[in-house]
Amino acid sequence: MVDLVQATLHGDRRALARLLTYVENEREGVEQSLAALFPHTGHAWVIGVTGAPGTGKSSLVNALAKAFRRRGQTVAIVAVDPTSPFSGGAIMGDRIRMRDLAGDKGVFIRSMATRGSLGGLARATRDVIRVLDAAGFDVIFVETVGAGQSEVDIVRTAQTTIVVEAPGFGDDVQAIKAGILEIADVLVVNKADRPGAENTVRALKAMLEMGHPAAREQLTRHHGQLVSVELSSNGGELWIPPVVKTVAPEDQGIDDLVAALESHRHHLIEARALTGLERQHIEIELYDRLEAALMARLLKAIPGDVLSDVIRRIQARELDPQSAVNTILEQA
Amino acid sequence: MTTEQPIRVLIAKPGLDGHDRGAKVIARALRDAGMEVIYTGLRQTPEMVAEAALQEDVDVVGLSILSGAHLALVPRVRELMDDNGLQDVALLVGGIIPDEDVPALKAQGVSGVFGPGTSTEDIINHIRQVVASRSGNNG
Repeated sequence: MVDLVQATLHGDRRALARLLTYVENEREGVEQSLAALFPHTGHAWVIGVTGAPGTGKSSLVNALAKAFRRRGQTVAIVAVDPTSPFSGGAIMGDRIRMRDLAGDKGVFIRSMATRGSLGGLARATRDVIRVLDAAGFDVIFVETVGAGQSEVDIVRTAQTTIVVEAPGFGDDVQAIKAGILEIADVLVVNKADRPGAENTVRALKAMLEMGHPAAREQLTRHHGQLVSVELSSNGGELWIPPVVKTVAPEDQGIDDLVAALESHRHHLIEARALTGLERQHIEIELYDRLEAALMARLLKAIPGDVLSDVIRRIQARELDPQSAVNTILEQA
Repeated sequence: MTTEQPIRVLIAKPGLDGHDRGAKVIARALRDAGMEVIYTGLRQTPEMVAEAALQEDVDVVGLSILSGAHLALVPRVRELMDDNGLQDVALLVGGIIPDEDVPALKAQGVSGVFGPGTSTEDIINHIRQVVASRSGNNG
């Protein structure tokens, strides 16, 4: 796999594609490849695109990618679609909306199935982004699965997060609920040529006025604990997410959207928040990886019959779940 | 840390016919068989198909062609895939293909041709076989 790493760094697309497969499959030895690529990462601008199914995320990514290409930047796209919980298979159709990008060697599109992950991304998405970053792409778009109200993993991965809405997707109470709207750095009302677009824009703006911007300095970690991060360490202005109207297939509003994304990036840089954001992402990732590794080690240390016996006793109401955990941890 | 690896399949409709019900039925059946299916949509050029196969690093490419242009399109897709270093990626063709054209397609690097009335089970089994022999060769 050493050859694949070198070839990927030298822009070999076939090697890159194969390495991404190994990363996705967590193939033996891929950890060393990722370690070798890691010093080459940290240059790409990672932009997350999330929103409910049918709001037009793929079309929007298609239009945005074209816009960034016109500016001479190379673009990678990671499009995540759900894995069937029944068969383990998936149908990934995001490329259907991205046909404008075909034939451009400055664009690389990769479809990824969630393979059981629930937060809107796949477990390997973080590492896939890293490989694309090392391969030298300037901008990496990460399109999440059609997201509802709690698929917010993207905000722990991207530097700028776009939340896409469309007219007719719920009333203003939906807009003030916690969850996906809160993670937006830029809000997009796509399909803005449809009736009701103005109402959606108004509801989103009302939601933004209602919310205290400082609340955006807190993000939840996996375990539901709040981690506080100083996003504006110089005491500068807080970022208020702009609301941009677009009609993606017609490229309407795309220039405005690119400008909004640029100003978010400038805000992060000027507020010296980019390093803070990265530090936070690293911290969360470290916790995730530690959790997985500790869990794997722990499960190896506990004999299988102990677990099945405990499950039986809980079901028989002889033991409550938390006491069972305490007992297991004492024995392990 | 090796986990089970789903078979990845690209389903594409090259050429100009605008009818993709068959392609969608196949995509759905392959999904239900536990495969990861990337569906490209209608009116793909051979260049688009070969490039998507490369980026997605698929094990198998399935073409659905109803227009009668298979003798022009299929060899071109195979050639471009080979140019992209995808010699070991299997190419399947489904749709309206006259029996007399099947040998010519198979001689040009097509592993299977599936006409109307083929059971999805046959296609699934064929894909599993070609992928098994492929990973056998590659270690």
